[in-house]
Amino acid sequence: MKQRLWRPKQRGTDLRGPDPRARVFTRRALLMMATQVGALGLLAGRLYHVQVDDASRYAARAKDNSVSARMLAPPRGRITDRFGLVLAGNRLTWRALLIAEQARDITATLDAFSALVPLEPRERARIEHELKRHRPFIPVLVRDFLDWDEMARIEVNAPDLPGIIVDVGTTRIYPLGQDLAHVVGYVAPPNDADVEADPTLSLPGIRVGRAGIEKSREDDLRGKAGDVELEVNALGRVIREISREDGQPGDEVGLTIDTGLQQATLARLGNESASVVVLDCRNGEVMAMASNPSFDPSVFDAGVPQSQWKAWSHDQRGPLINKATNGLYAPGSTFKMAVAIAALDTRAITTTERFNCPGYFDLGNARFHCWRKGGHGSLDLHGGLKNSCDVYFYQVALKAGIDAIAAAGHRLGMGTELAIDLPDQRVGLLPTRAWRRSKGHPWNLGDTVVAGIGQGFIQVSPLQLATYVARLASGRAVQPHLTRTLNREAVSGSRAEDWPALGLPESALAAVRGGMFAVVNERGGTAPEARLPDGRWQLAGKTGSAQVVRVSRYAREHGFDSAKLPWRLRPNALFVAFAPYDAPRYALSVVIEHGNAGATAAAPVARDIMLDTLRRDPAGKAGTPTAMAAARVPA
Amino acid sequence: MRAGRLWQAPGVDVAAKLWRVSWTFVLLLCALAAVGYAALYSVAGGSPYPYAEPDALRFAAGLAMMLVVAMVDPRWLVRLAWPLYGVSLALLVAVLRFGHVGKGAQRWIELGGLQLQPSELMKIALVLALAAWFRRASWERIGNPLFLVVPVLAIIAPVILILKEPNLGTAVITAAVGGAVMFAAGVRWWKFALVLAPIPLVAKLAYSHLHDYQQARIDTFLHPESDPLGAGYNILQSKIALGSGGMWGQGYLHGTQAHLDFLPEKQTDFIFSIIGEETGFVGAVAVMALLCVIVLAGMVIALRCKNQFGRLLALGISVNFFLYVFVNIAMVMGAIPVGGVPLPLISHGGSAMLTVMFGFGLLMAAYVHRDAAFEDEAEEG
Repeated sequence: MKQRLWRPKQRGTDLRGPDPRARVFTRRALLMMATQVGALGLLAGRLYHVQVDDASRYAARAKDNSVSARMLAPPRGRITDRFGLVLAGNRLTWRALLIAEQARDITATLDAFSALVPLEPRERARIEHELKRHRPFIPVLVRDFLDWDEMARIEVNAPDLPGIIVDVGTTRIYPLGQDLAHVVGYVAPPNDADVEADPTLSLPGIRVGRAGIEKSREDDLRGKAGDVELEVNALGRVIREISREDGQPGDEVGLTIDTGLQQATLARLGNESASVVVLDCRNGEVMAMASNPSFDPSVFDAGVPQSQWKAWSHDQRGPLINKATNGLYAPGSTFKMAVAIAALDTRAITTTERFNCPGYFDLGNARFHCWRKGGHGSLDLHGGLKNSCDVYFYQVALKAGIDAIAAAGHRLGMGTELAIDLPDQRVGLLPTRAWRRSKGHPWNLGDTVVAGIGQGFIQVSPLQLATYVARLASGRAVQPHLTRTLNREAVSGSRAEDWPALGLPESALAAVRGGMFAVVNERGGTAPEARLPDGRWQLAGKTGSAQVVRVSRYAREHGFDSAKLPWRLRPNALFVAFAPYDAPRYALSVVIEHGNAGATAAAPVARDIMLDTLRRDPAGKAGTPTAMAAARVPA
Repeated sequence: MRAGRLWQAPGVDVAAKLWRVSWTFVLLLCALAAVGYAALYSVAGGSPYPYAEPDALRFAAGLAMMLVVAMVDPRWLVRLAWPLYGVSLALLVAVLRFGHVGKGAQRWIELGGLQLQPSELMKIALVLALAAWFRRASWERIGNPLFLVVPVLAIIAPVILILKEPNLGTAVITAAVGGAVMFAAGVRWWKFALVLAPIPLVAKLAYSHLHDYQQARIDTFLHPESDPLGAGYNILQSKIALGSGGMWGQGYLHGTQAHLDFLPEKQTDFIFSIIGEETGFVGAVAVMALLCVIVLAGMVIALRCKNQFGRLLALGISVNFFLYVFVNIAMVMGAIPVGGVPLPLISHGGSAMLTVMFGFGLLMAAYVHRDAAFEDEAEEG
């Protein structure tokens, strides 16, 4: 009965038995099986797409996931003096870190730590704040710059300090402290701008040179960062080290400085606010560069305390300024050789041409005085220099003209940028007509007259003065420089032949040198104080006393005495010299701020330092580096 | 009286019944469990603990349970069907009220030290209940819409409860299993069309009523790269794991994604990604083939049953297993939204393993008693 009802609907495909449900079941079960196989097949197809077609893409993603590249800070190169004495080096320091997940009780650990190394409440708050911010396996800095004692105390008590680990880092040290602070400079942690320019600077422990050689030789000193590939898990925890490429330590920079001479120079300066530069006048190597007073360069690494900044900024003597390169002074009478060279080179005068000095010089309505009230009478170049006669040089300057004076001065290294390897220097000024015009003024002949005695607009640095004398003495266009070796390989510029001739007539140079000899060694010279007591060598030099305020006519006529002025208003005392006279080896400049008179204040200092230099003869001792680079003149 | 006859002299029959067990099928299950052991061994970083060893023991227990269940006469199982369904439904209600919350969902309860996911049990109980319901129905009876009211309600009730847990994946699988059994029982085509046609519309409507995390799953499924560290992380990391496996894999025990903890839930839901990463496309497809063979073997068992109850039971269990496999694998390769669906017998986890083995026990019972006649079933012509 029931069969009849469903049989007409049958299409004759009797798959299994006479029960329609069984046949429908079989049909539909087979359909489902086909669907299941098809569905799994589709999944397999998609799996092929993900696993094989896109394999490279996902493999890269997997590597990105699990490999973390970290950079290793390279050890910074050392700085040594010319004899290999370390001026800037690296010392191990320790810092305490806290790993929260290893501490059973963070508060207890920190309490125990403060009992050993006191922590200020502010430090404590910072630590707790950072612990909250970071995941528990990330070390948080507890205290940096631990000294040996503190480190030892922590290590001994390690069992009471669960979670505390002591990490070794390096800090920059300057064994000579302030003796070479201006030359060597200092380092500090990079600031945000540095890191933006070079992301590798964000490595912990990296320091950046901020001044001196540390800054100018930054590229050599820094070295190359190494990198280490670490396998990390999803939480950032390090699982293992995959590869490590050690960085390249920074180059060792060997300076031209003789530390002994530098220290002797500073000792000689005592408390004076002063600057001394000693050059090897044949190749421009800086044997000593003193700027007094100085500062301790090691305080910058850890951060300078507020009180220290205050003390520095209130000190009139400017301890942070390198006076040798960045102090500008009117050269005064030390400039007279340049005036003479300008006039001789342009054939405006001859060495024997005589000028009269009645004690004053009139130009139109203006009267210019000689330092000697009664005047010097008739003088040639030799006498003019020996007596440092102002009136002689007023007239020579007018004959040569201001532009010729500036040109000669530039050629001798003044008012121009020097190739010194320090990060900054002040160029100073030798005025010209064009310069004055650019300021919107016509040139006055009176300005030329005062330029003849190194006053007026003229501004030079002690380094420029030393370079000027070295060039006069050697006849070569030497450039002062501080770097002698890089990784013990000599850099070019160490030999006299590395430097071109000045291109000035030798006769003119010889006449000027003779005048400088007379200043010190002849009867009636202005600086007998500078004569070397030791008969072996003879020193040639020139005094300078540069007013820093204008002296009124009234004061001059009523017994003016600059020594009675307040310190800041007294004239600067200068002395430039080279020695030995017959075979020039060393050149120096001494500037004693507000020292009053070059002959009395600066000349004895110059004499003592030059004598010390000659006795030490650092250039002779160190010899010329053997592996000399090909002769190349630094720009 | 009749019960006594159904449960005929078990002592005598056990040996004969064991002879009728499909040992091929048991062997296939053992092979799958071995794959699971190897994968969990690797996930634990080359150690049988904490995953592989406990799972192996559970599998052994499950296998024993399966064989015991296989001995049970289906005519007795028929009587057990609705009570089991009732218990499962009660447990589903209980889990909503007293269940443990994990990952924003209430899914399991403790039962005598055993974690039980009532939704897992429900799927088997539903298959049993539907098979019991349809076994006697004649072709005409099935055609009567009124006859379908009870089974439809029997499907809808647990689906709604599972959705409330909320566990979208299992709810869909439950509905699909119920539908498959009804379809196999002979419910007319057009009725399915009538139910399935409005689904897109309903889905759109339902989307707005879904939990935020379910919405997020669907959103990140559509654009997984848009939120690589957020909700899309799982899918993305899983795809990275699969993709880094390539054709031949990174080598057993050498998957970086898994061992470095990039892949979450790698020992449970995402175990297939690890297999894909370490053994490559070749290994993954081999595992899929094994799973497919098990599904088909189950379907063949259903086809070989001579009674409607056994057929529907075996088919329901097989379809359930297939849906597990399909949803899990589709999920790990980012083909469908993620839902808490493990890969049966491979993923770590006790309750799923035991319920799956219980299901296979029922399947095997249907096979052992494939030639049994139900005198009260609609006549076989």
